[in-house]
Amino acid sequence: MASTWDLSTLIDSLQRDLQARIDPQSCVMVGIYTGGVWIARELHRRLGVSAPLGELDISFYRDDFSRVGLHPEVKASRIPFSVDGSHLILVDDVLYTGRTIRAALNEIFDYGRPDRITLAVLVDRGLRELPICADVAALRLRSNPSDYIKLRGPNPLSLEFLPGGEVAPA
Amino acid sequence: MMPWRMGEGDPQRDAEGRLRNLLAIEGLREGEILEILDSAESFLGIGERMVKKIPILRGRTLVNLFYENSTRTRSTFELAAKRLSADVLNIAVASSSASKGESLLDTVDNLLAMQVDGFILRHPEAGAAHLLARHLGERAWVVNAGDGQHAHPTQALLDVFTIRHLLGPISERVVVILGDILHSRVARALIHALSILGCPQIRVVGPRTLVPPELQDLGVHVFHELEPALTGANVVYALRMQRERMDSQRLPSLEEYHRRFGLSAARLRLAADNAVVLHPGPMNRGVELSAEVADGPQAIILEQVTHGLALRMAVLARLAGGNP
Repeated sequence: MASTWDLSTLIDSLQRDLQARIDPQSCVMVGIYTGGVWIARELHRRLGVSAPLGELDISFYRDDFSRVGLHPEVKASRIPFSVDGSHLILVDDVLYTGRTIRAALNEIFDYGRPDRITLAVLVDRGLRELPICADVAALRLRSNPSDYIKLRGPNPLSLEFLPGGEVAPA
Repeated sequence: MMPWRMGEGDPQRDAEGRLRNLLAIEGLREGEILEILDSAESFLGIGERMVKKIPILRGRTLVNLFYENSTRTRSTFELAAKRLSADVLNIAVASSSASKGESLLDTVDNLLAMQVDGFILRHPEAGAAHLLARHLGERAWVVNAGDGQHAHPTQALLDVFTIRHLLGPISERVVVILGDILHSRVARALIHALSILGCPQIRVVGPRTLVPPELQDLGVHVFHELEPALTGANVVYALRMQRERMDSQRLPSLEEYHRRFGLSAARLRLAADNAVVLHPGPMNRGVELSAEVADGPQAIILEQVTHGLALRMAVLARLAGGNP
């Protein structure tokens, strides 16, 4: 059985938690392709962040490049502001092993040195392989590696959960 | 024709048919070219960052093995490799050292003993890169950076990348290639790349001695007068006139060439509005192009250099990825 959640309630919760932690006039926001960008667009609008939204494709920083090679559909990362000295809100959809966030942090530091990075994720599904944690998560799940959890979008956004054993749709 | 066969046992591919070496444009699939062009678009952005380096080839060692001088090609390959975090060994084998007697394959075996991962080879003899690819097998990969009059695949890829980046899909553009088509590996590679990408009309133009009518067999339109060839074109690609290849039998003089085939501002006005002018460099100012055209807004020769760097990053990443 697939479970679904009401996305707008989840994003409401992210918005509330972030509002207490950020100054929309001075912070900057970066979404990670693809799902993280969808969530970040929504948060960026709702929180009224002044600086334009940044978008990160971490393909060039993945730790499995030598095994899987280059994904042909790599998007160009776009960071249209200075990262130096900023409070940077990093947004992703699903936090899992932590490897994506590790790669994103490395890439961000190639643009400059932020003062602080706050990690906001829609879902934290546990099963971390690196010492990384989310500052803000709308949903914290205990999942199995065989579970399938994916944000679909962008219009409309929906979060799919298929318990392990079922075949994920293509 | 060339002394090797494509298809079965294609030295560009591994046993599973994946691109293992980049030796020539011939034999590449449209999808493969488009994938390389697409990833080059993302590598273009790396050059605009403060830290112009990404870690994907960290720990790999590449050799720039150049048996001919080429500052632009060698330095863009070197920078491309460095921006991907690879270590690069530059070896310029002057003809005098080569004549000491060590063969290409002996040199390569010595480098392999130093555990290098890939070779970028420029060599005056056609087929050198294919020979090297067969010799290496699974041990390392090769990019052909120019072999005699045969091939120069990354030049053609950066040219089609530049055209597509600035004008949109190749399948909607009329392209004119101007100059010494007969002796040009750049022209040969470009014609193949444009054909694979569905260019609706490729025109070649130049003196009869340098643009023989048999070129029609490649599917191009042959012209021996510049003006009709330029009319309505979207892209004008001027080839370098090789002074060293000039002899009185092929062409009376460079002045005569410029008078009949030099691209002047007046002639360029026959082309479509916003037509672009490319040149593989180094340019003989006042021979292939008038100074006015070379320095004018329609010349995108320096963009070609910037794009060449991104394109070569895409090629190196493609060949090195998944082949640790």
